[in-house]
Amino acid sequence: MFVTWIRAGALALAMAGAAQAAEDFIVVQSTTSTQNSGLLDHILPAFEAESGIEVRVVAVGTGQAIKNATNGDGDVLLVHAKAAEEKFVAEGWGVQRFDVMYNDFVLVGPVADPAGIKGGADVVAALSAIASAQAPFASRGDDSGTHKAELRHWQSAGVDVAAASGGWYRETGSGMGATLNLAAGMGAYALTDRATWIAFANKGDLEVMVEGDDRLFNQYGVILVNPEKHPGVKAEAGQKFIDWLIGPDGQAAIASYTLDGQQLFFPNAR
Amino acid sequence: MRDLCNDTGVLIEATGLRLVRGTKHLLDIPHLRLGGPGPTVILGPNGAGKSLLLRCLHGLIRADAGQVRQDGIPLDGRQRMRQAMVFQRPVLLRRSVAANLDFVLRRQGLPRAVRRERIAELLETGGLSGRERQWARSLSGGEAQRLAILRALATEPDVLFLDEPTSALDPGATQAIEALVKQASAKGVRIVMVTHDIGQARRLARDVVVMIGGRIAEHGDALHVFDNATHGTVRRFLAGDLIF
Amino acid sequence: MQEFAQEFRDAFALILAGDAELLAIVLLSLRVSLFAVFFAAVIGMPLGAALAVGRFPGRGALVVLVNALMGLPPVVVGLLVYLMLSRSGPLGVLQLLYTPTAMIIAQVVLVTPIIAALSRQVIEMLDAEYAEQMRSLGLSRFATVPVLLWDGRIALLTALLAGFGRAIAEVGAVIIVGGNINHVTRVMTTTIALETSKGNLALALALGAVLIAIAVTVNALVSLLGQRAEVREAMRNA
Repeated sequence: MFVTWIRAGALALAMAGAAQAAEDFIVVQSTTSTQNSGLLDHILPAFEAESGIEVRVVAVGTGQAIKNATNGDGDVLLVHAKAAEEKFVAEGWGVQRFDVMYNDFVLVGPVADPAGIKGGADVVAALSAIASAQAPFASRGDDSGTHKAELRHWQSAGVDVAAASGGWYRETGSGMGATLNLAAGMGAYALTDRATWIAFANKGDLEVMVEGDDRLFNQYGVILVNPEKHPGVKAEAGQKFIDWLIGPDGQAAIASYTLDGQQLFFPNAR
Repeated sequence: MRDLCNDTGVLIEATGLRLVRGTKHLLDIPHLRLGGPGPTVILGPNGAGKSLLLRCLHGLIRADAGQVRQDGIPLDGRQRMRQAMVFQRPVLLRRSVAANLDFVLRRQGLPRAVRRERIAELLETGGLSGRERQWARSLSGGEAQRLAILRALATEPDVLFLDEPTSALDPGATQAIEALVKQASAKGVRIVMVTHDIGQARRLARDVVVMIGGRIAEHGDALHVFDNATHGTVRRFLAGDLIF
Repeated sequence: MQEFAQEFRDAFALILAGDAELLAIVLLSLRVSLFAVFFAAVIGMPLGAALAVGRFPGRGALVVLVNALMGLPPVVVGLLVYLMLSRSGPLGVLQLLYTPTAMIIAQVVLVTPIIAALSRQVIEMLDAEYAEQMRSLGLSRFATVPVLLWDGRIALLTALLAGFGRAIAEVGAVIIVGGNINHVTRVMTTTIALETSKGNLALALALGAVLIAIAVTVNALVSLLGQRAEVREAMRNA
């Protein structure tokens, strides 16, 4: 009797949740920057039409994306934190890492520019100036690729942001968009990837302050989650997607994505 | 079964009934024997333990000591099914008038057509004909209490307990209830009714139990008790003094 | 602000135009939350009834626990369900993560305590009124439960509505276990979160207005359903 009820419940639940979408799909763990910028919406339809494989994107911070992939909750990882990605592969969670594309980070800030850094091309010097002016700075604080990059630059500048946390250094613990919303709201500086910045619609009086520094280079990589660790991984379909992404069609699709006349990502697969 | 009981009458007996809360004796009844055709009216001032006694006799409350017997059998589920009770405030289901009656008829396993017929009969008895589909809780106080009595009668009880059924009603509504009670009594239902209305006791009772402070002060034939009460407090109570 | 008001009007007009994609998102929201409320009711109402009429050791503690669980943080629920459904989790083989089913499960966890706690309250109050009468009619405590459930149906419907309100407005849990995947697990609230993070505040707010409209509509429908009985009740009280 009881078992019958449980069975009926499970069946009803299965029916309730049934997705009417294609059976052949892969889950890509990626970052907010690829989704919020609109890149994936732009390039994925071409792949899906050609391969018949639906790509389901879970867009979270790089740290969480890697964590989810480590748990086997995804077939492909598309993120931007090279050191963490290489560690992911070295530990056996991923099969192999491929460069896909790059863009760059920009340091944005309020027009008033209380730290006086506008127009500079040295991100480390700019951050030092912000620290000494104690001008508000909004950090992701979420272990994302952008956050990792930002922390590297603070270290180069010799600034202990942990000490300033809660003061002029504000950690949002949220995505890039939420952090930019906060920066716009309180007139703070922030480090953002250029793609999210260009696509972001609530800039307020924020402007690009520092750009063009080689150290602001932002490389994206793609990795197939290791099916030996997680037998559920759809290795064949996942590899197909990776091959497409780093092949001529995928690279061309990435290059063709522009917003306001600006190219957001630059393909550089080898 | 029913007729057999009526021939001999139902006999309800309580022995050594005691209910204590702290140091207070709420009920202390060495022996009570309710025989004869009734109606029995239990009278007494507030807090005398009338309602408690009724609940003990109906098995809603277990006394700390003592026993209740019906026709010599200790009160059990089967004996209780021969009883019904109507409360001071009628507890009507949040359903239609007919559904309130149907609720008990269905438990008797009667087929639908029979139930519908019985409902019509019952409603006619209680002067509620044609009110089947009305929402029970929109009835007036008197109508609601009549429906509660009809629902109790629908279980075809041998004994019907009523706990101050008219205490909140005006004279007209009270009269309708009393008529219904008399009618049931005439048909052989043994009535045991609690009231603090002495006039009502005079109108209905064949025998009277007067309770004071959890004890039975007088018990006997109604005319005898009203005219020849020996207990001082009972005399004052019956004379209309305020006893508390 | 002037500019924002204009943007909001534009966004709202766009939504009212009946965009097919948006419609799919709204329907998914409704489907997920309605199913969640259904399952939560199947679990929560008997649980609430048992807490209301049952007399067993630990009942008091259980009542406190269920009441406390009404305030479960959605993100915590999302995480717990994620850990269960993750490929590395105990239920990973079911492959439910990032599906609407996962979202339903998370919402069931969130909503069940609400329905259970409110049902308990409703049934306990009704039981206080009915208990003696039902016992007099020879019903066991157990047999009384269906009577209490049926007669408390209007108030219980309100408990379901409270649960639905919690489910449809919730974002923290569904974004973790659903993944906010376009066309698969994207619902109203996760869309609002996404548009906010893109800085499309006007669009996000307009979507919020739609969400509120849906909540109001559902509440209005239910109150219409209950009205007849309510009116009778009111007549009695008058």
